[in-house]
Amino acid sequence: MIALLVRDLRLAVRAGGGFGLGLAFFLIVVVLVPFGVGPEAAILTRIAPGILWVAALLAALLSLDRIFALDYEDGALPLLATSPLPLEAVALIKALAHWITTGFPLTLAAPALGFLLNLDPNAYVYLLLSLLLGTPTLSMIGTFGAALTVGLRRGGLLLSLLVLPLYIPTLIFGAESVRRGAEGLDANTPLLMIAGITAGTIALLPFASAAALRINLR
Amino acid sequence: MSIWEYANPKKFIATTTPLIPWLFGAAFACLAVSLIWGFFFTPDDYRQGSTVKIIYLHVPSAMMAINVWAMMLVTSLIWLVRRHHVSALAAKAAAPIGIVMTLIALVTGAIWGQPMWGTWWAWDPRLTSFLILFLFYLGYLALWAAIDDPDTAADLTSVLCIVGSVFAMLSRYAVNFWNQGLHQGASLSLDAEENVADVFYHPLLLSIAGFVLLFVGLVFLRTQTEIRIRRARALIARTGRN
Repeated sequence: MIALLVRDLRLAVRAGGGFGLGLAFFLIVVVLVPFGVGPEAAILTRIAPGILWVAALLAALLSLDRIFALDYEDGALPLLATSPLPLEAVALIKALAHWITTGFPLTLAAPALGFLLNLDPNAYVYLLLSLLLGTPTLSMIGTFGAALTVGLRRGGLLLSLLVLPLYIPTLIFGAESVRRGAEGLDANTPLLMIAGITAGTIALLPFASAAALRINLR
Repeated sequence: MSIWEYANPKKFIATTTPLIPWLFGAAFACLAVSLIWGFFFTPDDYRQGSTVKIIYLHVPSAMMAINVWAMMLVTSLIWLVRRHHVSALAAKAAAPIGIVMTLIALVTGAIWGQPMWGTWWAWDPRLTSFLILFLFYLGYLALWAAIDDPDTAADLTSVLCIVGSVFAMLSRYAVNFWNQGLHQGASLSLDAEENVADVFYHPLLLSIAGFVLLFVGLVFLRTQTEIRIRRARALIARTGRN
């Protein structure tokens, strides 16, 4: 399992593009927002939690179709399926590798971008916490979507259509917790809800992803 | 005699063919009576005026939108567990009906909402969860359309349907949490203290019956079509090219 994780991480770093792409996209969206809505600090403060979460979500979406596509094209995926490692574990490791290469850097970069959007100082803790708790779910759901669409031509577009509705609960609770943090309200409930969703997806979605992979490799 | 006999496509077609005209007849009778009754022979609501009459389209279509997905969930599970092709095809046949029902509910809701709330669209929990349901239907149909091999498509869409159901439930509550909205309470519910007044209630029940009958008729018809398409494909495959 660890060997697979290390291999995936190495590939992600060496293949170029995939690793920094999400971060660059995140940065660009955040930079573009003030051009779109105007530079008034008060407005930016108000919309910053939502914008940061939506941008992080879209950035995570960007690299989803790479999760299985490369392994599928070079024939590594059937090998993984026949290896002693259960396919559920493969799906979990793939999601973990995706999280380490996109979700985790996004989480670390978010406070700096929050600064650009004039985010309320009280909200930084909640931004970090909610992204830390929420981005693993984004990777896990994305792995499921990638497993469904692996081997399809033009799978990338279909992938976003399938995955975005599944992202909605995470997005709602994530942005809500940051917003409540910014307004000094109690943000524990949405944070706990995200933690619950993440725990649920990590527990259940590897099985769904493995089932989808088995069907696709049949 | 068990329900699994109808998993045989031949038996399914033989059983449902004579039922379809009766279902459509009953559905149109119910819909015609309930809509005419509802539109012309019920009084205006004391607060909402005549706009309340859209309820005869809005409430049944919204009910069907959810129940069609529930039916697809059940048939998907049956397909995954027992591999009955008719079951998978019924799910495929139901999805476009579900998407139309969701669309009717959304559009009539907007038409109703404009005079009542002064806006076509409010990001209210119920509206939003219906929009999400609409997106789920879109994704489901797109996945069916994207995969060539019918059995693979049936398997993958079934998995998607199950995962999607879980997330649809989650979204429903997440959206509630996110925003307390404008939408009035449920018009009908089994445990409510009081439902809508009887004058509106009786035509509404009839209209719901009409929608259900229409849906069952359409699902039978569309499932038959899917079975025949499958047969035609098998024949083409057996006799060689084109």
